[in-house]
Amino acid sequence: MKHMFKAIATAAGLTLAGQAGAQDIVVVAHGQANDPFWSVVKNGVAKAGEDTGANVEFRSPETFDMVQMSQLIDAAVNQEPDGLVVSIPDADALGPSIQRAVEAGIPVISMNSGSDVAHELGAHLHVGQSEYDAGKAAGQELAEMGGTKAICVNQEVGNVSLDQRCEGFAEGFGNPVDVVPTQNDPTEVQSKVRAALESDPDVDTVLGLGASLVGEPAVAAAEALGRDDLLIASFDLSAGFLEAIADGKAAFAIDQQQFLQGYLPVTFLALNAQYGLMPGGDVPSGPNLITQDKAAQVIELSAQGIR
Amino acid sequence: MNTDATQMADERIKSESFATRLMRRPELGAIGGVILVTIFFLITADRTMFTLSGIMNFLTPAAQLGILGIAAAMLMIGGEFDLSIGSMVAFTGLIFGVLAVNMELPLILAIPLTMACAAAMGALNGYIVIRTGLPSFIVTLAFLFILRGATLVGLKLFSGGSTQLRGVRSAVEGDFLTPIFSGDAFGGLFRWLAELGVVEKFGSGMPKVPGIPVEILWFIGFALLATYILLKTPSGNWIFASGGDSNAAENSGVPVKRVKISLFMLTACAAALVAVITVIDAGSTDARRGFMKEFEAIITAVIGGCLLTGGYGSAIGAFFGAIIFGMVTIGLTYTNFDQDWFQVFLGGMLLLAVIFNNVIRKRVTGER
Repeated sequence: MKHMFKAIATAAGLTLAGQAGAQDIVVVAHGQANDPFWSVVKNGVAKAGEDTGANVEFRSPETFDMVQMSQLIDAAVNQEPDGLVVSIPDADALGPSIQRAVEAGIPVISMNSGSDVAHELGAHLHVGQSEYDAGKAAGQELAEMGGTKAICVNQEVGNVSLDQRCEGFAEGFGNPVDVVPTQNDPTEVQSKVRAALESDPDVDTVLGLGASLVGEPAVAAAEALGRDDLLIASFDLSAGFLEAIADGKAAFAIDQQQFLQGYLPVTFLALNAQYGLMPGGDVPSGPNLITQDKAAQVIELSAQGIR
Repeated sequence: MNTDATQMADERIKSESFATRLMRRPELGAIGGVILVTIFFLITADRTMFTLSGIMNFLTPAAQLGILGIAAAMLMIGGEFDLSIGSMVAFTGLIFGVLAVNMELPLILAIPLTMACAAAMGALNGYIVIRTGLPSFIVTLAFLFILRGATLVGLKLFSGGSTQLRGVRSAVEGDFLTPIFSGDAFGGLFRWLAELGVVEKFGSGMPKVPGIPVEILWFIGFALLATYILLKTPSGNWIFASGGDSNAAENSGVPVKRVKISLFMLTACAAALVAVITVIDAGSTDARRGFMKEFEAIITAVIGGCLLTGGYGSAIGAFFGAIIFGMVTIGLTYTNFDQDWFQVFLGGMLLLAVIFNNVIRKRVTGER
């Protein structure tokens, strides 16, 4: 029955698990596959599966929903995979499910968010970027470039990692910073940034927490207002934002190289299942500031969903 | 003349067969849907989905959604909508978090106060609907945004600038009411069953199922209570009458306004119950809790056989509707389908369930 179904499903063009005997690795992330940032993570996951021969699955809740995400982790644990990769944006909500995985004897690696709690919860290591430090680095750089008053645009209110970026930014920037909350919608972000800029002409610096969701709309808002004096920086990359950097319309992007966040944990867990190997410490995948001189090289890779 | 009267009487008191009566129930479609979805996953999913741990796993989201869905179904039978319940989960979660963490109240005070606050918001919803005569769709849509925004403002106020309020788990630890609202019931029984080998264990010896998540018990209890109220009490008749033809109901002495306002209070309290359960379970609350749950609750009620026009539906149907939703949400992770297909599947299966439901109902009851 199962074979018959597999044949049908393959004919329908759906991705199915490979040969039996390979390692099963499940990735449960908080970001949706339709988010440009997370689609790169997912590409990293898929590439690692391809390279190691492991069966990997990428799962995420429909919205930023910590309750549902903990249920997805529980579901994964029930399947007893050879390894589990999780992002931990809310340790209180996800902790018990992760601990359950660890207690069940499933090796866990955390990625993207949760560097502060990963070891406490029993994860082997964390692959990601310290959000606070990355925000601080961005703040220092922007203050050096001459910024005096800034807004920090948060497109995913409720995600603690993003709060940490704004906090780190305020610390590094040293000048006044206002946090502007928005929805996950570029059109809305553009109008909100525009409104914030119009209502306070002293604002000369914009930090976005996502390149395609905030960085690009912020550049568009600045263009619409004719403000070419603005310093615009953003976390993460997108082809459009990189072009803006290359053209000098934006200052820089903070690259956390999320392809690695998908690729490395899966590879580590596959090697762990095969040979018992495991690196001895956390892997910082970022921050890596992409300024005008470097932007052009990464545009093409960004368009391919690798950077 | 005489024979005509006899025939009329015969027609009205004619006893229907058990099967026909069964077919006329609004929940039949939802039960059929559960069977269809089960068959689908029996074929496509990893077999762990239908082990005890797998079943608990998909019943947990079903229970959380179902508590909202049953309340939404009762309100829908009463002829109104509540689009604010998703935001209400976040808002009452904040209220509960502040009472428990910032004010350090014990649960015996924090939970009733949260409920009272929810009931007041629900009553306000209902009062505005009744008083202005605006569609409840519009009024509660406004509250969807008001409550969502108020949650964000309140969170930042009480957590000192963060969009997340933490520390609930340690605040309620040791409270005698905590086990009623969080965690797993019958833990000892399940450990014992695991020792006996009835319940599966992990390689490390830990039982795969630590107990029955309490929200499942709340869910079943609420479904039974709601069904009893709808089918066996005068209030149930009032709800059907208010939703069917509120004018006629009003004229025949049904307190339509009171019924509707009470139902709005019920949906708000159901949201508060889900908030309390999920906030204690997660140990934190954030600005995104309950996001989109208003639509999922309405879908649940509709799969469960409720008519969007009111006056027809059932609580037990919503119960099964929520189970379908939980099975699809969690079940797809047990299959090998790429996660990118998730929403396509979810939407497709929901549509199928509703169409199936409608076809069956029209067949047996005639056009309604």
